[in-house]
Amino acid sequence: MNLLGSLNYHLKVNLLGKAYLRFDRMRLSWRMRRAGFWKEEQLAPPLFTSPRLKELISSHYLKGRYANGRGPVAWVTSGGPVEFLTALGYYVLYPENHGAVCGIRRSAEGLCIKAESHGFSRDICSYARTDFGAMLGGKTPVGRLPRPDLLLCCSNICQTVLLWYRVLAHHFKVPLILVETPFLYREALPHQVDYVKRQLDAGVELAEKVAGRSLAPSSLDRVVRRSKEASMLWAEIMSCGKQRPSPITAFDEFIHMAPIVEMRGEQFTVDYYRALLAELKGRIERGVGALASEKKRILWDNLPIWYRMKRLSRLLAGRGVAMVASTYTNAWGELAEMMDSSRPLESAARVYLHPILNRGTGHKLETIKNMAKEYQADGIILHSDRSCKPYSVGQMDQREKLAGEMGLPALLLEADHNDPRVYSDEQAENRLEAFMEVLGV
Amino acid sequence: MSSGEVSALGIDAGSTTFKLVAVDGHGNILWHMLEPSQPRLEEQARRVLQEASAKAGRELEQGIMVATGYGRNLVPAGRRVTEITCHARGVFTATGHGGTLVDIGGQDSKVIVIGSDGRVTNFVMNDKCAAGTGRFLEVTAARLEIGLDQLGRVALDSKGETSISSTCTVFAESEIVSQIARGHPIENIVRGLVRSLIRRVAALARSAGITQPLMLSGGVARNPAVKDFLAEELGRPVELPDHPQLMGAYGAALLARNRK
Repeated sequence: MNLLGSLNYHLKVNLLGKAYLRFDRMRLSWRMRRAGFWKEEQLAPPLFTSPRLKELISSHYLKGRYANGRGPVAWVTSGGPVEFLTALGYYVLYPENHGAVCGIRRSAEGLCIKAESHGFSRDICSYARTDFGAMLGGKTPVGRLPRPDLLLCCSNICQTVLLWYRVLAHHFKVPLILVETPFLYREALPHQVDYVKRQLDAGVELAEKVAGRSLAPSSLDRVVRRSKEASMLWAEIMSCGKQRPSPITAFDEFIHMAPIVEMRGEQFTVDYYRALLAELKGRIERGVGALASEKKRILWDNLPIWYRMKRLSRLLAGRGVAMVASTYTNAWGELAEMMDSSRPLESAARVYLHPILNRGTGHKLETIKNMAKEYQADGIILHSDRSCKPYSVGQMDQREKLAGEMGLPALLLEADHNDPRVYSDEQAENRLEAFMEVLGV
Repeated sequence: MSSGEVSALGIDAGSTTFKLVAVDGHGNILWHMLEPSQPRLEEQARRVLQEASAKAGRELEQGIMVATGYGRNLVPAGRRVTEITCHARGVFTATGHGGTLVDIGGQDSKVIVIGSDGRVTNFVMNDKCAAGTGRFLEVTAARLEIGLDQLGRVALDSKGETSISSTCTVFAESEIVSQIARGHPIENIVRGLVRSLIRRVAALARSAGITQPLMLSGGVARNPAVKDFLAEELGRPVELPDHPQLMGAYGAALLARNRK
């Protein structure tokens, strides 16, 4: 930390930035309440908490922009055990979330091309290519990403991250904490938990050294408590989708999940989800659905197609098809119960061993079956994501079993979460329309 | 085909051919039109519909039309339905039963499982490439200077078979060149090509789960080798409706008739 950096941060983030973002939130909230603001016929107006979400995300990237010089910065994978970094005062950046922002804002393609022009294959995950493009100086809609002082990579989401973070470590010449999580076919065994815990102990040591301070147990306790509370709120928010009509769609969740992924362990994240839950409960009480008319309910499996969210949500809503839940957003709520602030690192080892992508395809099928029952789904879309092989593997069999054993209409939709060049509107929408005809709408 | 008053029209604006079927009040096919799809699809649709009105002897209103196929949104019809639902309805009515329908069109292939009530219970389509579609045969046949009409006969009459390992249209084309250079007879290569296409389609059919009986539709079904090879590959007989290429348009016409 240096004095000049701190002053600059204080001025640009805490004074000017904060004031501007607050003003912007109020302006948006005011606009939303004006008559004639919402012109969509099939979709309900956005949630009133949305401007607050925009403020949170903008503020997160604004803090990132001026983070270097103020304190340590870490880049982490989406399934990374981040709590000890937050407790040590790190500014934490999630390249995958940043990738999603680039996807929504249509900048990912340019960043992918930049990465490819430096020799990265088109077969590599489009999040990784988006990140490499940004790393190589490509333009990002968030302005500027902070340089990492430390990298944290956890193998619980895929194997690509192992190579991806090595590239980052080589490029930025910074240390890398690698947490290897053995693949689980059933529940984690004690020696597996111990194996991950020992890696976390070593990780904490390295993170302390880079940050130049020791991890205070009270800080870690506070962060884990907030993480748990936010995850539980998030789970409750998603459960609202079980209502008929559903007050929230998975499309909404894809956007509103940003804080639980990249701002876990912060008090403002807990506050935000409390407000969102209250708003959803209000919708339920008033019988307000996320769609003007909900005729059928479906599930979504895998990452969203970030660059086509609006178009796809309109297409489905146009026929009264509400996408009420997704296995993807569910992943950030289903493990909340396992978090335990009294044994922070041991429980972290357990939690971060159990994400859906670190478990067998049979487990995923069971998760889908349970969700289909709980959410009273009439069908499911399995997004076969060219960029996310661990999520997509097994979908052919899962589709067959869901359609055959459960009689649940299931569509395999081929796309890519961030690279629009391998997506065909015509083909995808034709399949979706046929799927909706099968659903009878 | 019977004569009578046009009750409904089905228009299948496919990627390769444009089909129109007129049915009477009982759902019988009165007459049909078929021509290559043109780039100016809107103009083509207008012209074909004018011709259809002339043929019917009266102005045909949009309310009695259902359009399907990739170009369906450009056809001024009262309603638009995907070719999945239309093919299923057409084949179900034509054959009188459900089952698994394999439809190989110009630019996509699909496997549709049709329930005993005629409704679609499951479907899968080829991925985003020309493998397993009519386009695969079109491109490769052109390379061998064989007309699409003769392709099936040539394949069936060949004495041997050259293995074509690629299902990718572009790679298969270069594979053909090297097989010719190695002195393989053209008819053996043709047989290998049809086999390659069928293997791809059969894999798609297996992934959908095959419910007996097995049926085939789409323009590619006109190729007799396709039916035989598919039966061989999947180890069960394949049933072909009378007008396999018209099933989409026919199904559309039936949907239009029911809606009235």
